[in-house]
Amino acid sequence: MSSVTTNGARAQRGWYKRNEIAITPWLFLAPAMLFFAVYVIIPIGQSFWISFHQWDGLGEATWVGTANYERLLGIGEQNIDRKFSVSFWNNLKWLVLYLLAIPMGLFISLFLNQKVAGIRLYKSLFFFPFVISQVVVGLVFSWFYLPNNGLFDQIVGLVGIDIKGGMLGNPNTATYGIIAAGLWPQTAYCMILYLTGLNAVDPEQVEAARLDGAKGRKMLWYVILPQLKPATFIAFVVTIIGALRSFDLISVMTNGGPFGSTRVLSFYMFEESLSEFGFRMGYGAAIAVVLFFIMLFFIVYFLWSMYQDEKGGH
Amino acid sequence: MHSILKTSLAALVAAGVATTATADGHALSGELRIISDMSNPAPRAVMEKLAADFDAMHDDLTVDLTIVDREAWKTQIRNALGANPPDVVNWYAATRMSPYVDAGLFMDISDLWNEPEMAALASTKGAMTLDGKQWGVPYTYYQWGVYYRKDIFEELGLTEPATWDEEIANCQAIIDSGRKCYTIGSKFLWTAGGWFDYINSRTNGYDFHIQLANGEVEWTDPRVRETFANWRQLIDMGAFIDDHQSYSWQEAMPFMVDGEATAYLMGNFSVAAFRDGGLTDDQLDFYQFPTINPDVAPAEDAPTDTFHIASGAQNVAAAKAFLLYVTSPEVQSEINSGDALGQLPVNAEASVSDDKFIQEGFEMLSNNASGGIMQFFDRDFPAEMASVGMEGLQEFMVFPDNLDDILARLEEARQRIYQ
Repeated sequence: MSSVTTNGARAQRGWYKRNEIAITPWLFLAPAMLFFAVYVIIPIGQSFWISFHQWDGLGEATWVGTANYERLLGIGEQNIDRKFSVSFWNNLKWLVLYLLAIPMGLFISLFLNQKVAGIRLYKSLFFFPFVISQVVVGLVFSWFYLPNNGLFDQIVGLVGIDIKGGMLGNPNTATYGIIAAGLWPQTAYCMILYLTGLNAVDPEQVEAARLDGAKGRKMLWYVILPQLKPATFIAFVVTIIGALRSFDLISVMTNGGPFGSTRVLSFYMFEESLSEFGFRMGYGAAIAVVLFFIMLFFIVYFLWSMYQDEKGGH
Repeated sequence: MHSILKTSLAALVAAGVATTATADGHALSGELRIISDMSNPAPRAVMEKLAADFDAMHDDLTVDLTIVDREAWKTQIRNALGANPPDVVNWYAATRMSPYVDAGLFMDISDLWNEPEMAALASTKGAMTLDGKQWGVPYTYYQWGVYYRKDIFEELGLTEPATWDEEIANCQAIIDSGRKCYTIGSKFLWTAGGWFDYINSRTNGYDFHIQLANGEVEWTDPRVRETFANWRQLIDMGAFIDDHQSYSWQEAMPFMVDGEATAYLMGNFSVAAFRDGGLTDDQLDFYQFPTINPDVAPAEDAPTDTFHIASGAQNVAAAKAFLLYVTSPEVQSEINSGDALGQLPVNAEASVSDDKFIQEGFEMLSNNASGGIMQFFDRDFPAEMASVGMEGLQEFMVFPDNLDDILARLEEARQRIYQ
């Protein structure tokens, strides 16, 4: 039986056998590609399609062309949608201020990267905020910020600062209050990335630098940081993504208020399309498309810089 | 001959429906699927008992009840009504029904409203009517009004205000005693909607208020500005607690329980929370929102909760019988009693709980709400207008100087939404 197959194998191997090398990778990729298409690629296309319609999610969708975008961006005689511009600027605030998590995480990790008794315990305590749910973080911080009775209000009260309406009740401070809450777990995340990065720092290079007289700030800047570049890159990626997904904290802490001053694009998109007073699917999809392009900008940058790295490596 | 046959047939059908409604109803069989949003403990018990009793009344009928979280239901109803819909669902009256009516997801039950039993529900018919047809039945409603600390009023020698001048004078006395007149928590916006409903309908009348809700009046109209000017009198006096934009309505409650504020414009559901907070009936009392413009009849907020039949219902006969059952006088008396829902029955023949607040509310709505019954800001105004509007109202309460900007924004929204 077996001898028969070996005999005929060379001449009449099955189609699959002949193309095995070319096909097998695709077979392994197929499930991932299928799910990526069904859950990511196709919905993106659908979002684009819906954004050209007026649709309440129930009845027939009406084609409105670019009307949703014109209203959103204020093209033509209408004013720019104020909720949109507020959300957009808040997104920018998030993006810029959230990056503070990277240096803060770096300094905590440098501080914790030493060998003393119980350092594991300290490390896990610092990592703790990343483990608890964002919803819990939001709740804790909203109590912390409570006007009059909140700890924060009492602390700043000692130095004579009185924020009218409380940190989260004042439209000028509310967004910063939420970003500060978000920085707490994000810093912990960056810290853990840098801690693993520090393990990989080459002790011989440090030794050599020390012999050459480098120390302190110079040692950090010219010797340690270049070796931490991969960790910095990952920290940058996760922080940018975290800033753009800043939905749960806003929902828990202010629900977009006061008077919509803490909305970001993802929250506005949710409000328009899926909240209690929403179900304007077309308009929500238009916001989603704008958010998608903002994310695309970063994604392209990330992919490009990873590609450059790969090229340099070879 | 033909017409005689027709009328007798009609009579037969009517009799058939009537028997299914009132008595054992052998005709009903199969399964009746209900999705309810009565998820809070007391309403949940009421709903479960309703389903069990109706099931027990009909041998061949099985009632299949699903209870969904009340907040979640506000968005889930769309999916629930879409594919494989249940027979009966809970929802709210007035404009809040319109997305489902427009999409053809609620069944037109005007024929049910022609039944003789439904005459006792006539006062609520308007709230269930859209496009001249009825789309559901109410099962409970509750009054809104001012809940206040009677002991503090007595201490300061104040009486329940009936006019706006008395209201302002009372409030001044309260502020002079180091308290706030009103507590409110506007974090989730709707509480500010209640204030607007009352001040606007007291200033300009029910008809104007509904015209505004229907988008027929500009937000920049001088009459609307008058409403805000009246409201601003209270704001400028410092009548409301500070930082209310940071509190939910429950979080604003301790201010009144602790005596830092003396009154709360709220729905009757707040009474349970006041009592839980430790206020006794000697400390807590209720008065109708005072008159502002003596020329307009008082209108009252009295939100109504409802049952509807899905247009894709499988067991329409049982669903209609259930709706008649829920609205019947006996069931209405039972489910709205003090130890059940503790609210007002929709059937005029039902008995009203002897709880003092329910009695006062019933009295007010029966005899002193000649202007009309409003369903509440977020149910009378279309969804998008309501959300933009309530956000503007909250901003006005914190920064009254922004009024021009707020009104311009609302007007821009009005022109877009109602076109």
